[in-house]
Amino acid sequence: MSGGGARVTGAELAGRSEAAQRRARPADDRLEVVISRILQTGVLVAAAILLLGVAAWIGRGDAGYPPPGYPTRAGEVLAGLREGRPAAVLQAGLLVLLMTPVVRVAASAVVFWVQGDRLFTALTLAVLGLLALGLSLGGAGA
Amino acid sequence: MPFDPATFALILGISVVAGFVGSLLGLGGGVIVVPVLAGGLGFDIRRVIGASLVSVIATSSGAAAAYVRDRLTNLRIAMFLELATTSGALVGAYVSSLLPVRVLFLLFSALLLYSAYGMFQRRHLETGARVPDSPWARRLRLEGSYYDEAMGRTIPYRAGRLAPGFAIMMGAGGLSGVVGIGSGLFKVLGMDMVMGLPIKVSTATSNFMIGVTAAAGAGVHLARGNVDPMLAAPVALGVLLGAWAGSRVLPRLRGRAIRAAFVPLLLYMAGEMFWRGIAGS
Repeated sequence: MSGGGARVTGAELAGRSEAAQRRARPADDRLEVVISRILQTGVLVAAAILLLGVAAWIGRGDAGYPPPGYPTRAGEVLAGLREGRPAAVLQAGLLVLLMTPVVRVAASAVVFWVQGDRLFTALTLAVLGLLALGLSLGGAGA
Repeated sequence: MPFDPATFALILGISVVAGFVGSLLGLGGGVIVVPVLAGGLGFDIRRVIGASLVSVIATSSGAAAAYVRDRLTNLRIAMFLELATTSGALVGAYVSSLLPVRVLFLLFSALLLYSAYGMFQRRHLETGARVPDSPWARRLRLEGSYYDEAMGRTIPYRAGRLAPGFAIMMGAGGLSGVVGIGSGLFKVLGMDMVMGLPIKVSTATSNFMIGVTAAAGAGVHLARGNVDPMLAAPVALGVLLGAWAGSRVLPRLRGRAIRAAFVPLLLYMAGEMFWRGIAGS
């Protein structure tokens, strides 16, 4: 053990054994486990769609758009999905993946709200607002 | 575009490595993905930037579940600093119009060189450096604890030096926004060197933050057509796999080993930035 560890033993840490500490999960910790599950699901869904797209791409031999084409807007992706174009399926998987951090910030806002922490709820909503701004700028074709 | 198994497999393999390294160090993996795709494979730089953005988000999301479960990610510190980096990016866009890009690259280089020295100095340190107690950190409860598997005990911590930490994050957010890389690197450096957090907490919290920062720019990149699915899909799949593997390894690693890994990386990046500043590209 090297020296220099931050010496903060909060009241909640004092007088508890290591094992008990690892077992004791306050409510917000359980919420974080829920967040972790949501994230895992999002990532798995994205990966599954991507793999489906790759399979379609291999099956067809090409991505279904004249070069160097691929859909960039949500509308184009949806149209491409209906026509079963591999590049549109891949793009849909990427969109799901790109949305996971946004979902994560939104979930964090919920955690802070449940904890009754107004300041951090507001702070997280501000970050979420900036995210929405960035995404909408792109959506408007900026 | 026809399916080319060789290229696909190559991008996938490189991306697994990028995700693995990125998840351990709190970086996006762009450091590995960009030079290989743009330099080695000759892909158009715009599409490489789009793929790099996807790589950052995949690193963040691929490692997220494990880091949240292991209590390595500190949500409060992440949100507090995310405010600094996002506002820094806005200020940076303004400041960058006042300074030539070459000067920014040289500044970046000097900062990285100094960071390499700082990391080297603390290479024997297992947890966080001692920092003066901060009443603000106490008030905002920028603290936590995690069970360190490598050390076999619980490590409590509290952030220190909030004002300089916040300022550095703003500067780093601005600088990396202009230069286009290094946002994860500076987040880790700020938390580790300035705020005195344990290195694992720094990398895991940075891992969360880089995903949020990258998502903010995702809409613009998508609309500009920078996200080429034929390039970004193998990157995403590979990085997800690599990041997931890395997130399983990090808890068992020694803090010293993680710090040691940063030194050559920082030196390499400093050299790269210096060269760009001199060459003016």
